[in-house]
Amino acid sequence: MNAEIEKSETWQKLKGFTHARIALGNVGNGMPLAEVLNLKLAHAKAKDAIFTELDKELFRNKNSIWKLPFFELKSKIKNRNEYLKRPDLGRLLTDFPNETVFPKSDIVFVICDGLSASAVNRYADKILDLVLPDLQKKYTLAIALVEQGRVAVGDPVAELFNADFAAVFIGERPGLSSPESLGIYTTYKPKSGFTDEKRNCISNIHENGLADHHAALLLNFLINQSYKLKLSGVELKVDLNLLNQ
Amino acid sequence: MGYKYTIGNENYLFDDLKTLLAKASPYRSGDELAGITAYSNTERIAALYALSELPLQVFLNESLVPYEKDEVTRLIYDTHESGAFRTISHFTVGQFRDWLLSDEVDAMAIKNLKMALTPEMVAAVSKLMRNQDLISVASKIEVITRFRNTVGLEGHVSIRLQPNHPTDDPKGILASTIDGLMYGCGDAVIGINPATDSPEMSGKLLHMLEDLRLKYEIPTQTCVLCHVTTAIQIMDKAPVDLVFQSIAGSEAANTSFGINLNVLKEAKDAAERLNRGTVGKQLMYFESGQGSALSANAHHGVDQQTMEARAYAVARHFDPFLVNSVVGFIGPEYLYDGKQITRAGLEDHFCGKMMGLPMGMDVCYTNHAEADQDDMDNLFTLLGVAGCNFFMGVPGADDIMLNYQSTSFHDALYLRKILNKKPAPEFEAWLLKMGILDEKGNKLPIADKHKLLVGI
Repeated sequence: MNAEIEKSETWQKLKGFTHARIALGNVGNGMPLAEVLNLKLAHAKAKDAIFTELDKELFRNKNSIWKLPFFELKSKIKNRNEYLKRPDLGRLLTDFPNETVFPKSDIVFVICDGLSASAVNRYADKILDLVLPDLQKKYTLAIALVEQGRVAVGDPVAELFNADFAAVFIGERPGLSSPESLGIYTTYKPKSGFTDEKRNCISNIHENGLADHHAALLLNFLINQSYKLKLSGVELKVDLNLLNQ
Repeated sequence: MGYKYTIGNENYLFDDLKTLLAKASPYRSGDELAGITAYSNTERIAALYALSELPLQVFLNESLVPYEKDEVTRLIYDTHESGAFRTISHFTVGQFRDWLLSDEVDAMAIKNLKMALTPEMVAAVSKLMRNQDLISVASKIEVITRFRNTVGLEGHVSIRLQPNHPTDDPKGILASTIDGLMYGCGDAVIGINPATDSPEMSGKLLHMLEDLRLKYEIPTQTCVLCHVTTAIQIMDKAPVDLVFQSIAGSEAANTSFGINLNVLKEAKDAAERLNRGTVGKQLMYFESGQGSALSANAHHGVDQQTMEARAYAVARHFDPFLVNSVVGFIGPEYLYDGKQITRAGLEDHFCGKMMGLPMGMDVCYTNHAEADQDDMDNLFTLLGVAGCNFFMGVPGADDIMLNYQSTSFHDALYLRKILNKKPAPEFEAWLLKMGILDEKGNKLPIADKHKLLVGI
């Protein structure tokens, strides 16, 4: 049977270079049943990840160490099903108490559930642990949690703080091999209505993807470059030699 | 100018052409998000009747996106060939649909219309068509393109090998590439989506693919799907075959992608000067997808399927080697489930082919859409029957970088087998030579020390 043939040793060795679904073997034109079921299981897990929630308690506790201005906000979205269909509402903030005072901050870190809150719960605080100490020496910083937020919600959040720079930590679309994947979107001088070409992105932060300390290096690079060039987005190219350091 | 249709005692009024087109569109979540869908099923059918009676000529008189404000609209009107349009100028949209389905209309008759059709006309007629009609007409059309092999010949279907890796690890990408080649994939292009758009990484990956291609004399083309400005930047030092760019149907949406028509022209001219094609010189590779204009808030109140067809006018201008819609990639806010993705895929393929494009399709879905592999099997098979030029080949259907599911290397074997289609001829000859497939397209048992396997 072909399924056996593909278990050839040399072919199997390719699996050592990637966790992509390679060297699966085949039964005629089809995938062996075990691989079909593996795929279905991974799909089920990814679908479940979408319905996880932001661990606000975790970030509150962390901020008792960071000691930064800390705010808990919400988008205009009411529930997950609406979140999936109405990205426009996920980009807008719902009303907050009039008396809320947002201190002027150079950089605001916006922490959003996105499409996989579990990814944010797992990686966002670790990356912040790595970047905050140095940044605090140069800039005034603030943190805002946004529930049911989209990437662009970072723009109105930044406006509240009159911030020069926003970094949005957000759960990416769950993949089969990576149900928990974090993305960081950075924008210089963010304003409501900005579109994607104004942003830089660090994607695929997860256990088989970009490591959190590499993400921290890239984030520092983007912050420095944005301040230096006074821009963000397609005109700012990332220098990956950084990751070899 | 408004449009009207009466059903029984009920008058249905449509303020302008874009409203009529939007309300005539089969329901999808993206049009609802934009607030432009029909308010009832009956209103949708009234819009279809009204649209069917509309002369095609109307589309030359009423632009959906203002000419003064949008370079895509200017491109559409400025390149329109009124001479070729004469063949169909007397038709209503409905009559045009019937004419396209008639036996007398063949590939050549449609090909002659390439520059006579505006994307809005093509989108309009597609709205009057059932899925079956979209397949019937598209299957008449053959669009052949050439670079280092020949893609789009009748009886052939090609695969873009998509060996992405979340950290762009060259060895990981190479492993997936070899795996895909062993299933006969990679004749459309071996194309990597880089996780991070940097000139260094794009150059490094291009060199890696170039080494592989030269070592095994693979008759195909390679591409790193970086931003077009990155490609321009590295062209003097990296082996750039195809130039990739995502495109959309309005100037404002293209601005959100960081491009315009001039940048695309600059890239095409520069890549042509590299003179790397052997059997042909077509080298642009475009991707698009319904909803991208709305996502950039640049849809001008036009429905997402019509905006998508307008992106094809951009592609048409650059005589591309490959074009594909990434139909299910954008997510449930634009195409909610398998039914909507299926309809959109068939529409996009039809519209692209009508406009003379070498249409392929990324038959795909994200995990937050209401779809699964069964939906992909359906659309993949339907598009195979419709004569789609190429599809994606992703290891096990699971793209570990872009976090979505597409079609797998195994799916390519399946489609070629059940529809009796072959890879691009030059590539097929290579597969035979390498002992990967036999003449019937069956996958051969692979020896443990096959030279591709030991090449990493």
